[in-house]
Amino acid sequence: METIWFCLVAILIAGYVIFDGFDLGVGAIHMFVGRTEKEREAIISTVGPVWDGNEVWLIAGGGTLYFAFPSLYASSFSGFYLALMIVLWLLILRGIALEFRNHIHDEIWKPLWDVVFAWSSGLLALVFGVALGNVVRGVPIDANGYFFLPLWTDLRPGAQPGVLDWYTLLIGITSLAALSMHGALWLVLKSDGEIRRRASQWVRRAWPAVVLLGVLITVASFAMQPHLAAQYSSHPWGCVFPILAVAGLAGIFFYHRAGREIHAFLSSCAYLAGMLLSVVFGLYPIVLPSNADPTRSLTIHNAAAPEYGLRIGLWWFIPGMILVAGYFLFAYRHQAGKVKVS
Amino acid sequence: MRYDLSMDSALAVHRLHFAFTITFHYLFPQLTMGLALLIFVLRTIALRRNDEHYRAAAQFWTRIFGINFAIGVVTGIPMEFQFGTNWAGFARAAGGVIGQTLAMEGVYSFFLESTFLGLMVYGEKRLGPRLHWFASMMVFLGSWISGFFIIATDAWMQHPVGYRLGPNGEIVLDSFAQLLSNPWIPWQYLHNMIASVVTAGFVVAALGAFYVLKGNYPQFGRTFVKTGVIAGAIGTVLMIFPTGDRQGKLVTDHQPVTLAAMEGHFETMRGAPIALVGQPDMEKMELDNPILIPRVLSFLTYQHWSAEVKGLKDFPRDQWPDNIPLLYYSYHVMVGLGTILVALMALAAFFLWRGTLYANRPLLWALMLAFPFPYIATTAGWMTAEMGRQPWLIYGLMRTADGVSPRVSAGNGLFTLIGFMGLYTLLGMLFLYLVHREVDRGPAREAH
Repeated sequence: METIWFCLVAILIAGYVIFDGFDLGVGAIHMFVGRTEKEREAIISTVGPVWDGNEVWLIAGGGTLYFAFPSLYASSFSGFYLALMIVLWLLILRGIALEFRNHIHDEIWKPLWDVVFAWSSGLLALVFGVALGNVVRGVPIDANGYFFLPLWTDLRPGAQPGVLDWYTLLIGITSLAALSMHGALWLVLKSDGEIRRRASQWVRRAWPAVVLLGVLITVASFAMQPHLAAQYSSHPWGCVFPILAVAGLAGIFFYHRAGREIHAFLSSCAYLAGMLLSVVFGLYPIVLPSNADPTRSLTIHNAAAPEYGLRIGLWWFIPGMILVAGYFLFAYRHQAGKVKVS
Repeated sequence: MRYDLSMDSALAVHRLHFAFTITFHYLFPQLTMGLALLIFVLRTIALRRNDEHYRAAAQFWTRIFGINFAIGVVTGIPMEFQFGTNWAGFARAAGGVIGQTLAMEGVYSFFLESTFLGLMVYGEKRLGPRLHWFASMMVFLGSWISGFFIIATDAWMQHPVGYRLGPNGEIVLDSFAQLLSNPWIPWQYLHNMIASVVTAGFVVAALGAFYVLKGNYPQFGRTFVKTGVIAGAIGTVLMIFPTGDRQGKLVTDHQPVTLAAMEGHFETMRGAPIALVGQPDMEKMELDNPILIPRVLSFLTYQHWSAEVKGLKDFPRDQWPDNIPLLYYSYHVMVGLGTILVALMALAAFFLWRGTLYANRPLLWALMLAFPFPYIATTAGWMTAEMGRQPWLIYGLMRTADGVSPRVSAGNGLFTLIGFMGLYTLLGMLFLYLVHREVDRGPAREAH
């Protein structure tokens, strides 16, 4: 039962990365891809009606984590306190930038919110990667199962790490590069003309960087977290996840060159899901490693809610998520097609 | 229980952190939920009569709704996060129970609401009138479902049911059915949702009165006044009876010490009087300068003029809510304003029925200026409920002091609290500025 919920939470987080990932990617690059106010408005209209629904994946993922793994929720959210508060502030700024930008047609108002949208999205893409890096590296969990991480210490992932060190920053930069490419592929799919041309150029330039960073973080992660190697060698079938990521990367390259927009975008979804699930699978059954004393690591067994609640949860979760799939199909079908620069 | 100074201040900071962020947040959903219903009604009328005027009216309020909803969304995420960041002890102990209702809110309400809001705000031309009407119904449903799960969560903290204690004292969910059929839920839910309709009614009526008095959009002004007064008149009555009354009964039965504190009732007595005004004096253990009506508290509580009502002094000190004066004032502000609101709406409804409301300038002025009061009354009502729950985080089960994050210090909490205060001040100013522009440009403007 714990394993089922572990998978479901992983799916919700993957849903967040795929859906809100393109909003964040679009935000991070929209000032480069859109040069005029009208172009930027067209770019923003590709995410305007959907970003809020996409962000709900984070809220639903958080809520599900809270109910299925309360100890993990308590320990990690209070331990990453400062970093999470910064995430909240950035999410607030990103949301109001998107919602308020088009209310006033003015030479100061719109560029102001464009800058806020760009920086908040870019920083969120970076910080979510940093967060994932922290989960792989591990944190100094105390005897009661809690910890408190400063934002940074000496930027080295030693015994007293901070939220930021060279390893977590590396993951953060990878995340920024990958999500910006994801956002660019979304824009290729949703736009025409100059916007599409510049977005396409962004994909071509970002792709080699993503590949290079992918190699670097793979090496660094196996060095950082010995559990990964142990897990993959004892459960070799888990290699489907890294293979999915590599296939996604290859798909992006070939489909993008062939001009098959939707296939290229879906390949990017597969790549992001593959990367995330590779990490999640590699850590299983650990959900938050302790960086010093391995017996203090939080696992699905010591962090999960009792059996009855998890079992009953499936009864509402599965029908609920089928409904969600229905809403998303409905909404995306009604937003289908390319936007025009007015 | 006594704590050393540093723990005590961390506890105070975390409480203030939650109190500030939830109070600011709830200024927005309380309008959203009620307004979603009113917009849905306006759209239904527009669709059935094929009426352009009502369509434009609904469209105007949808724009206000959109601005309001955006602030509600961005200030809502911190609420869920804070259970983990600031209240880790509580999250760990009770996450398996109330995590259920919070996760259900995400899955069953937020996806629905946000998906259809995107369609409702952006897609009138693409969707056509029928589907657009459907989208507005879905947004209304989504926001009311969201309210249900939040109330179910709070109801469990007020009156825990469906759980047992594990071998190490952990709280284990025992019955999902009991969690969702908690007797605390129905009245609290209705009381809260109707209060939200009252807020929306007052806001819509206030803007209508403004337009009528100013004379710039008299047609729309009258429609808004009518819509707001009808919703407000029905809502204010239902808010007091039966929902408020029944909510009070639940407190009487399950939280008698809270009742005594709310009423400022220190001595156990038969035929207890009710205090209309007066200030709780915690040193002398009495009300200073009270105006009392004899026997009414006994009657309201037990329907019997000489029933005995237990006073604060007969409850152990460690069961007392920890800020009795503030609790007392919140409760009295809620009840006092509620009475004024029902009177004002009854008067307006009477003149509306007689057909002379739009010419009654003093009453229109009163309606225009009254819209802050339902916000204050609702805030005071929630303060009453949550401070009345103290010193418990989960009533009778877990103390508030045991729920905080053990590793997050007072200084870190203060830093982020001040950060939120700054950011929310900015949000508040942006909100007022954008709403002011919409009000200024008026309802007749075509949708962009």
